Amino acid sequence: MSSPASTPSRRRGKRGRGSNPPTPQDARSPPSQRRRPDDSASTGELQPLPTSPPAEQSPRAPDALFSSPPQFRHSAIPLDFDISSPLTYGTPSSRVEGTPRSGVRGTPVRQRPDLGSARKARQVDLHSDGQAEDLAEQSLGQRLVIWGTDVNVASCKDKFQKFLQRFIDPLAKEDEDIGLDLNQPRYMQRLEEINMVGEPFLNVNCDHLRAFDENLYRQLICYPQEVIPTFDMAANEIFFDRYPDSILEHQIQVRPYNALKTRNMRSLNPEDIDQLITISGMVIRSSQLIPEMQEAFFKCQVCAFTARVEIDRGRIAEPSVCKNCNTTHSMALIHNRSMFSDKQMIKLQESPEDMPAGQTPHTVALFAHNDLVDKVQPGDRVNVTGIYRAVPIRVNPRVSVVKSVYKTHIDVIHYRKTDSKRLHGVDEETEQKMFTEERVALLKELSTKADIYERLSSALAPSIYEHEDIKKGILLQLFGGSRKDFTHTGRGNFRAEINILLCGDPGTSKSQLLQYVYNLVPRGQYTSGKGSSAVGLTAYVMKDPETRQLVLQTGALVLSDNGICCIDEFDKMNESTRSVLHEVMEQQTLSIAKAGIICQLNARTSILAAANPVESQWNPKKTTIENIQLPHTLLSRFDLIFLMLDPRDEAYDRRLARHLVSLYYQSEERLEEEYMDMAVLRDYIAFARGYINPRLSEEASQALIEAYVDMRKIGSGRGMVSAYPRQLESLIRLAEAHAKVRFSEKVETIDVEEAKRLHREALKQSATDPRTGIVDISILTTGMSATARKRKEELAQALKKLIQSKGKTPALKYQQLFEDLRAQSDTAVTKEMFEEALRALADDDFLTVTGKTVRLL
Amino acid sequence: MPCVADWLNSPFSIVQGIFACFVAQNTPNSDWEKKVTDYFKEKLKENNATNWVPSLNDVPVHYLKPNSLVKFRCMVQDMFDPEFYMGVYETVDPNTNARVLHFGKYRDVAECGPQQEIDMNSSQTVTLERQTFYCVPVPGESAWVKEISFFSELVLASQARVSPSTSYTPSRHKRSYEEDEDMEQHPSKQKEQHMGSGGDSHGCGEPKRLETEASAGHHLISANCSPPLDLNFPLPGEKGPACLVKVYESWDTFKVNDVLEVYGILSVDPVLSIVNNEERDSSTLDPMECMDTAEEQRVHSPPSSLVPRIHVILAHKLQHLNPLLPACLNEEESKTFVSNFMAELSPVRAELLGFLTHALLGDSLAAEYLILHLISTVYARRDVLPLGKFTVNLSGCPRNSIFTEHIYRIIQQLVPASYRLQMTIENMNHSRFIPRKDYTANRLVSGILQLASNTSLVIDETQLEQGQLDTKGVHNVKALGNLITWQKVDYDFSYHQMEFPCNINVLITSEGRSLLPSDCQVQLQPQIIPPNMEEYMNSLLTAVLPSVLNKFRIYLTLLRLLDYSISDEVTKAVEEDFVEMRKNDPESITADDLHRTLLVARFLSLSAGQTTLSRERWLRAKQLEALRKARLQQQKCVNGNEL
Repeated sequence: MSSPASTPSRRRGKRGRGSNPPTPQDARSPPSQRRRPDDSASTGELQPLPTSPPAEQSPRAPDALFSSPPQFRHSAIPLDFDISSPLTYGTPSSRVEGTPRSGVRGTPVRQRPDLGSARKARQVDLHSDGQAEDLAEQSLGQRLVIWGTDVNVASCKDKFQKFLQRFIDPLAKEDEDIGLDLNQPRYMQRLEEINMVGEPFLNVNCDHLRAFDENLYRQLICYPQEVIPTFDMAANEIFFDRYPDSILEHQIQVRPYNALKTRNMRSLNPEDIDQLITISGMVIRSSQLIPEMQEAFFKCQVCAFTARVEIDRGRIAEPSVCKNCNTTHSMALIHNRSMFSDKQMIKLQESPEDMPAGQTPHTVALFAHNDLVDKVQPGDRVNVTGIYRAVPIRVNPRVSVVKSVYKTHIDVIHYRKTDSKRLHGVDEETEQKMFTEERVALLKELSTKADIYERLSSALAPSIYEHEDIKKGILLQLFGGSRKDFTHTGRGNFRAEINILLCGDPGTSKSQLLQYVYNLVPRGQYTSGKGSSAVGLTAYVMKDPETRQLVLQTGALVLSDNGICCIDEFDKMNESTRSVLHEVMEQQTLSIAKAGIICQLNARTSILAAANPVESQWNPKKTTIENIQLPHTLLSRFDLIFLMLDPRDEAYDRRLARHLVSLYYQSEERLEEEYMDMAVLRDYIAFARGYINPRLSEEASQALIEAYVDMRKIGSGRGMVSAYPRQLESLIRLAEAHAKVRFSEKVETIDVEEAKRLHREALKQSATDPRTGIVDISILTTGMSATARKRKEELAQALKKLIQSKGKTPALKYQQLFEDLRAQSDTAVTKEMFEEALRALADDDFLTVTGKTVRLL
Repeated sequence: MPCVADWLNSPFSIVQGIFACFVAQNTPNSDWEKKVTDYFKEKLKENNATNWVPSLNDVPVHYLKPNSLVKFRCMVQDMFDPEFYMGVYETVDPNTNARVLHFGKYRDVAECGPQQEIDMNSSQTVTLERQTFYCVPVPGESAWVKEISFFSELVLASQARVSPSTSYTPSRHKRSYEEDEDMEQHPSKQKEQHMGSGGDSHGCGEPKRLETEASAGHHLISANCSPPLDLNFPLPGEKGPACLVKVYESWDTFKVNDVLEVYGILSVDPVLSIVNNEERDSSTLDPMECMDTAEEQRVHSPPSSLVPRIHVILAHKLQHLNPLLPACLNEEESKTFVSNFMAELSPVRAELLGFLTHALLGDSLAAEYLILHLISTVYARRDVLPLGKFTVNLSGCPRNSIFTEHIYRIIQQLVPASYRLQMTIENMNHSRFIPRKDYTANRLVSGILQLASNTSLVIDETQLEQGQLDTKGVHNVKALGNLITWQKVDYDFSYHQMEFPCNINVLITSEGRSLLPSDCQVQLQPQIIPPNMEEYMNSLLTAVLPSVLNKFRIYLTLLRLLDYSISDEVTKAVEEDFVEMRKNDPESITADDLHRTLLVARFLSLSAGQTTLSRERWLRAKQLEALRKARLQQQKCVNGNEL
């Protein structure tokens, strides 16, 4: 058992592994659940039922000593049958026929409360009938089905065994099943794993079962309570056939998952009751562990006669008369000989993605049993497979009035955490399954369109006017590059995400664009530079008020892992907060060393930032750096920097006006239509991100090399460097993203062309030296254009000359010097420039500035 | 009219009749349910029948007959999980073995006779699903809405002279009415008038006694149970019954914060509360039952005397709350109403403008903008951008005076729902703005910003002093900003946030420019300074005839619901205009300005009853904007000098 959380269960485990392999007839060392209500004894009670065949007198004599006395068994009938049923109990072969299978016999069966805990009379009826039929089938060899179903145990078992032995997943992917040979029957390998690891649970993907046998799958979905025990039997037979010496804690339990019946909590309806369902959601609350009494142990105070009573609907039917000595009220409950199982109540809430707008999320109660207890914590996103139950609520146990409402819950059979792999990620598998075939076909058809790139970019934020290149840039950002792993060469992960900075005049709908992107992507985060601290962006440690446990709370950057983090008012962010971004934007990780927690979290997020110019209006005479006052170390980490400026030209104004006016009277339908587009766009991006992983083709790499060399050449002609390896990386990412837009597995020359164009376009806007009009990358990389740097030096030299020409004066008037320099210089010298020159000279230890005087050294 | 009494007082007998009819034909399928709803739909259509149905909004629960038909005007505050119930079930008499089929719809408890038992395993049992909404009276509903809607009923009811059960109504109304009076201190002449005309012919002695008894009992109850149940009203100080509304069909169409009018069967079965106690007692023993915490049980099945259940037969969303207008404007009869009113629109507008000008101390420009603001509504959303919101920041309000309070009181008299938010440090730091999911009780704990569509939110910033905002305060301010800019509220689900779009008219009164964003700032320029503000404002309200006031109310509600379009020619003209202005001075008009001017033009046209934009209106809009801007400029200069 993986988590022997409570003593009762551990005790059971030990007992089961006892050296003396107990048989059902062995009354002295009864393995907890098996020893008691004998089939024959219990079936004896079934006699009045019309469906029960006469062959109930099974070969073995009733074990009167240990079966519960009839008078109180009567009260507990339903459960009796439930538990004693071979279905819940393991292999009938070992009991009824007594076939010597040491493995199976030696391993205790563990009760499955997940299958039988809803003691609804209706089910139980059905069940006991089923058992009767089943027995009949076993003993008479008739081809009967379980009552109320179309399940034939023998054929069902047979089919499932075939499935286990033969099924090879044609669609299996390497990463999902580490260590499995994909060409061998998958579940046989799983059984081998069980043998080695000793965890007696076999998880079966229902999808596989469906691919193998549609009918068996249907039966599983519709009658899980009957079919799963049959599967258990089948699995155990195979397992102990193969590994007869294997010692397991208890017999293998089959846990189906991924039943495609239901995906959404909202679509649960009364028809799903008692069926196998899979739903996804988020755990919002889990209860304490509840030791649920499965069986009460009574001892007569007078004659020490003992009796066991199964719990019926949470109540113990205390025997009032001792069966042995006929004393009334002499039976006392012996707690530590009673049987308990673990149980936990969990509340699951619909995941936010599944919710229709404007409604509150639904919740559903889950019951987890035995080792599934404490497997999930509040906040976890899980896929739960289980049986949906409805139990009537009695107003009062003594009155026959019943509330007309049922309580519903799910008995959990299998959990699958969707974010076990990484913090707040989504299981890739589930994400990919989102698409129906028609949808995929539609998307693929879209991708073949020649103008798909333009189409998508115009579908992006249609209410924002023009700025085509910016939209294209953002589109590429949404798709992202291919993820590459260079860990073995020591470089670590290569960034695949594209970062974009928008800067420009206030009121040019930057925020709106950000808001749109944030709403479009599933894992987007929106923060404002002004309102966020380094802690809010990264992660912080807090003490959970309930558990007093330290919890790592993640901030916006970590939350948007694999998504986009939109940061508005980037310029208003304070220095220390911004410095956090350095690591995130290149290494894509986030290191935390805080309150004793040291860790590195993944933050593979693209950053879309918007910044306003310092002077509130963009000054075209200044460089980008000067305008937004951001450190160039950070700026160079943006792949694309766009300026959003008010173009101030008539044609543009006219189009803008028309666009805006149309906003104000367009009909609702048009809007609906565009809304549809947003859904398609979202799927398109999700599909491309999930499935397409383009690699560079030979020509493309050549083209990239050429492009890079060209870029370097432009600069080298003027004695400066115009491109750095970072720019080459950006180009590669953009090209890959563009290939993704086309759903192409190969990056081709056209992708490189577009990447080049866009990159150049962005550069033209942001890295143009306002003085010379030449694109100069060093503005972004060093914060100053080469010409500016040159000019600064020249001015400093001129100033030095000026001072030297004045002869040996130890001190000069500041203002005087400034005016002299201005008079001498042929270009305009601003005060800032003058000060800069002074500072440069001061750095050379030529002079010092104190207040309004300049002293020579 | 015995028939009336029948379907009003014991709707179950009708349902039973229809059900029995179907059972007799041996076809107990879902057809009978449709038949039931059709029957009641028919009944309610008959002349003013809706007015005979007692309303839970006006009549205290303990005066209503259990299992009778009631109506309730409410806002969906929270949605609980769907529940499965026994749609059809069978009872067995253990002695005679006689089996009877029953329906479980519209019931909380599966009924069966004293000699019968419910057969849980019957093959006839049908399990069905229904949805529970937690509904509260519309937050911030103005007093006049309550009054008028109940007086119209009253008048009709007394005309019709209906069945004994409804003959209680006058005195009942009287009671609830007095409560209203007590609750709101400010005097109103109108009310007194109504009091006189309302007249209670029945001696109100007995109901009075009942009332006191009931309230005494109520006190006892609240003394017994530890903390009083929080009824989860969005706004502090609200009163009225909260209700668990059980919806049987098409519940997907309803959303949180929708305003509904439901007709259904009232269920106040005391058993429901017993269930509660019973479960709580046994929960320690019984692990099966304890899957919900005590907290959750308290919230999800509160005592029915406090939170009655309504089993909905008919429910529909309300387009507006105004009782002076027909509920649905698309119907034939209401069209004539609309066209009649449109005919006399311009005098009403002029009068309203005059009234508001007086209220705004003689500033007609501000009054003009206030009208535009009051008829604004979010009519569409383009991706994330809400269109049609028109948040006005009325700056230049005198500080620490009762002016803002009176402005609010006037708005309250005009719009069906409103709330005045006093923006004090205390309020910002301590009140809950954003609704939050409480996972222990599994419910959505309401906040001030959970408001129905078209509620007027008046934020009074003149109350704000310097001080420290704590985390909660910052969140609250941020939420207000979001509400104004995007017309959405991000509800706090602790593990994630969820966005709920809303449509709330925000008016900010402030001294200088507001710290909250707004679409348009209007600087108030008082022309008159009344020596006694209190007196001035009160006389203003009393001077307006009730009939005129009602016209204002109709005007504001009606114009919000009109359609609007811009013709191609005007589009061209606007384009030209824009280009021209930009040519002269690119700084003078930006895209934002164009946005705003278009909005102003839209509401200006609508306020005159025109559904298309004309050239004149466009020019007028531009003129208004220019005036407004000039004022701001002027103000800036003044402030600049001060600095």
